[in-house]
Amino acid sequence: MPANTAVTPSTLSQRDLPWQIDWDIQTCTLCGRCTAVCPVNAIEFGTFRKRTIFTPPLGLLDKRTSDKPSGQQDRPSSTSSIYYGIRQRTDPAYACIGCAMCNMVCPNNAIKPHKSESTDLLRFHRDRGGQPRTRGGRRNAGDSVLDQIKFMRISMLTDPALDAGRHEFELRTLIGRILPPAEALKTQRENGWMPPVREIYPLMIGSMSFGALSPNMWEGLQMGVAYLNEELGMPVRMCTGEGGCPPRLLRSRFLKYVILQIASGYFGWDEIVHAIPHMKEDPCAVEIKYGQGAKPGDGGLLQWHKVNQLIAAIRGVPPGVSLPSPPTHQTKYSIEEAVAKMIQSMSMAWGFRVPVYPKISASSTSLAVLNNLTRNPYAAGLAIDGEDGGTGAAYNVSMNHMGHPIASNLRDCYLNLVKLGKQNELPIIAGGGTGKNGNLAANAAALIMLGASAVQIGKYIMQAAAGCLGSEGDRCNICNIGRCPKGITSQDPRLYRRLDPEQVAERVVDVYVGFDTELKKIVAPLGRSTSLPIGMSDALGIADRAAAERLQIKYVV
Amino acid sequence: MCRLFSLTSSVPISPMRAIEALDVMKEGHDGSGIGLFLTDLAGPFQDCKHLPILSGIFTHAGLRRMEEFMSSQGFTPKFRLTLEAEETPPPGTPKRDVYLSQVFEPPSAWADLAPAVREQELTKTRLALRHMGQAEEDIVVFSFWPDVLMIKEVGDPMEIGDYLGLDREEVYAGRILAQGRQNTNYGINLYACHPFFIQGVSTMTNGENTAFVPIKEYLGSQGVPGYEGYQSDSEVFTHILHFTLKGLGLSLEAYKHVITPLQDDDLESHPDRDFLHTMKQACRRLIIDGPNCVIGCLPDKTMFMVQDRKKLRPGIVGGRPGLFAFSSEACGLDAAIPDRDKSKDFQPMHLDTAIVSPDCQEVRICRQTQPLPRQH
Ligand code: SF4
Ligand code: SF4
Repeated sequence: MPANTAVTPSTLSQRDLPWQIDWDIQTCTLCGRCTAVCPVNAIEFGTFRKRTIFTPPLGLLDKRTSDKPSGQQDRPSSTSSIYYGIRQRTDPAYACIGCAMCNMVCPNNAIKPHKSESTDLLRFHRDRGGQPRTRGGRRNAGDSVLDQIKFMRISMLTDPALDAGRHEFELRTLIGRILPPAEALKTQRENGWMPPVREIYPLMIGSMSFGALSPNMWEGLQMGVAYLNEELGMPVRMCTGEGGCPPRLLRSRFLKYVILQIASGYFGWDEIVHAIPHMKEDPCAVEIKYGQGAKPGDGGLLQWHKVNQLIAAIRGVPPGVSLPSPPTHQTKYSIEEAVAKMIQSMSMAWGFRVPVYPKISASSTSLAVLNNLTRNPYAAGLAIDGEDGGTGAAYNVSMNHMGHPIASNLRDCYLNLVKLGKQNELPIIAGGGTGKNGNLAANAAALIMLGASAVQIGKYIMQAAAGCLGSEGDRCNICNIGRCPKGITSQDPRLYRRLDPEQVAERVVDVYVGFDTELKKIVAPLGRSTSLPIGMSDALGIADRAAAERLQIKYVV
Repeated sequence: MCRLFSLTSSVPISPMRAIEALDVMKEGHDGSGIGLFLTDLAGPFQDCKHLPILSGIFTHAGLRRMEEFMSSQGFTPKFRLTLEAEETPPPGTPKRDVYLSQVFEPPSAWADLAPAVREQELTKTRLALRHMGQAEEDIVVFSFWPDVLMIKEVGDPMEIGDYLGLDREEVYAGRILAQGRQNTNYGINLYACHPFFIQGVSTMTNGENTAFVPIKEYLGSQGVPGYEGYQSDSEVFTHILHFTLKGLGLSLEAYKHVITPLQDDDLESHPDRDFLHTMKQACRRLIIDGPNCVIGCLPDKTMFMVQDRKKLRPGIVGGRPGLFAFSSEACGLDAAIPDRDKSKDFQPMHLDTAIVSPDCQEVRICRQTQPLPRQH
């Protein structure tokens, strides 16, 4: 090999990649399925040349070479053979994402990715062309304070625990502004305006836009939600995210299970506004997005890969262009004004019959926003998204290093409401990393007992209902470029055809029914069944003194 | 589980009747305390029915501090009853200096106060005394209200009844709430002893209120004097009742709808659907969720019993015209009113409020599914 071969600064070895492919020549049948399925072309068909040197045994060496009968060698020789196989590319642009789709389709398990044990060097080369890395998914950190919280106010003798399987439970929550008792009764007596309130299931599907999700995924979620509502009587709600809503849904009776989101890009709102006169039902609520956990203080970002004809039509934009939303609602001057005006105009659009609430990223200003809202009679709640939230496209740096954990932010907000005597008057919807290690019910229950009226999930439902491969270990996470191997976040029919909406719907139902049982298994031993244990902080303990103090729960070891 | 017993009678009776009934039910309580609420008083207190009575336990120093404070506020002491017992207290009961029930004449400036303001002032005076006694524990005040006596002590109810001589005629009353305490989850503290009292409203509970912390946080943040200092998870029931009656101006029948609202299907078919729906949403923070049986007495001397939604606690009502009892167990009722028609005994279920009006003639059952009386 020449010493000056083409090794550039960005030439990486397979060893330098976070995910490495093991390919077994012995079992591979060269069917080609793996290369066909790989969403990022990390593997390719390879032609390998192998040279074999033959050396005759000592003593047989003969100087006379020309007249030897064939089959007998008397001098060292080399032969070359050709064989075919799978080669992993090491170009940073095609780095393996560890999705293991190749393994899933391989008939012989001849190929699988494994995670490198050492620090990958790819991370230093992901800004090619001066573009920092963007990705989908959540923060790459597996730890979670919510997972450390225990429920410990267990009733046994003095107060019989309830039977989670057979007892009746009324675990619903309210979204919308709830007037103080005296005011509510007075308003009713005088036939005054009562802010709209919806009774819903406390676990909501958070905002993931039509555009971010594939049509099949969206349809699957909506079907699952409709089934839960209409067949199982679970009032589950789903937020659209920014990007509008398919016109047919807007005009259907299923709209009441949908929370419409409007964000700073106003994508899709032309369509929604035009549909208002034709709506048979009011939407469950309207969420005004100011921020989200994945990219706090930043606007939404739908990259051009995913803006196909359909998405473009629904959003009212030309196809094939990136759609970054501005960080704030550009028509407004200040945040107080923005919030107040937006809430008022959205309320007005539906004749003040629909709860309207803002969504913000958990941050040091959450309290200020909340205080503002308590004085706004039309504000119907506040959604707070912690640092672990996020499914769409965001810069890696925002996702990994920005934002505020949800637990303490939520707790501060709830205790602030307690101080004002307005707890649950303005419901707080918390989200961001709920169930990220699989403990959905425990995490949600902890958030509720810390003060959340409802909990929202995004990534979890993608993982559970559609088999999203993303993990906290930077696995997959290519949701942004439209190559989602499972067809969840892709707008390419070749990919999203992989996802069967019916099966997604079935999984959504399974997830909710399973969650419901687990939630009951948590609240029943705490002796709760007729009201959601919002703010029941005496039930919580944690083996971390600082966390216990910060959250004002019990310190237990 | 604590044992509860209450009596409502058209003629004054001895609180020992209630304590004896508790004694019959003794297996259920560990004798860690007794609490008594007496109203519709007979004897010497009858003559000063409109004047507030201060009930509490004092050290000698505490008593002096209380007297100084009261006179500085313009109160004039009137009739006083002390239950000082000479002998050594029963095991487990500390030796106290003074068990006091003291009638006061309010400052003359109060004469012009509106009744509601006057009530506020009485409450504030009681709270001021309670706060004064907190550090040294030399002043423990249970109530400061006209025609109300409260006696609480730790120890076995029967022994304490004898020790304090509670069969004396001075403490005969027409309405009696008594609790034999079973200490479960919180420390032994006089203020944790039921019944609890605020402005004429008194309740006691057997059970455990699992929604205590959120309800306490809500009540405590409403800026109402008296919603504070919770030493027991059951004290919030008294305050919710007070909030229902005085804060919202609703009737006793509505109390049940506040603490245990109807479930949606029942609500849909209720004649007062809209009102109850609003109330369920607005008062959601006050929904109780533990197994609880609540017995209480209203300012107008109406007595009642309600059960929580799950009805996991015992409770029975019975008696005859002129004398009714609310008991956590049937044996207590048998001991106190053996000559009643037992077929008319009633055990309230999860929708019922059992009510005996001040006339003491019958047990009225109010079901949550029935139309509410007109609320004003
Ligand atoms: S793991 Fe995924 S990205 Fe990696 S080679 Fe296999 S299919 Fe391609
Ligand atoms: S499977 Fe799809 S949705 Fe999940 S992380 Fe990968 S690209 Fe994103």
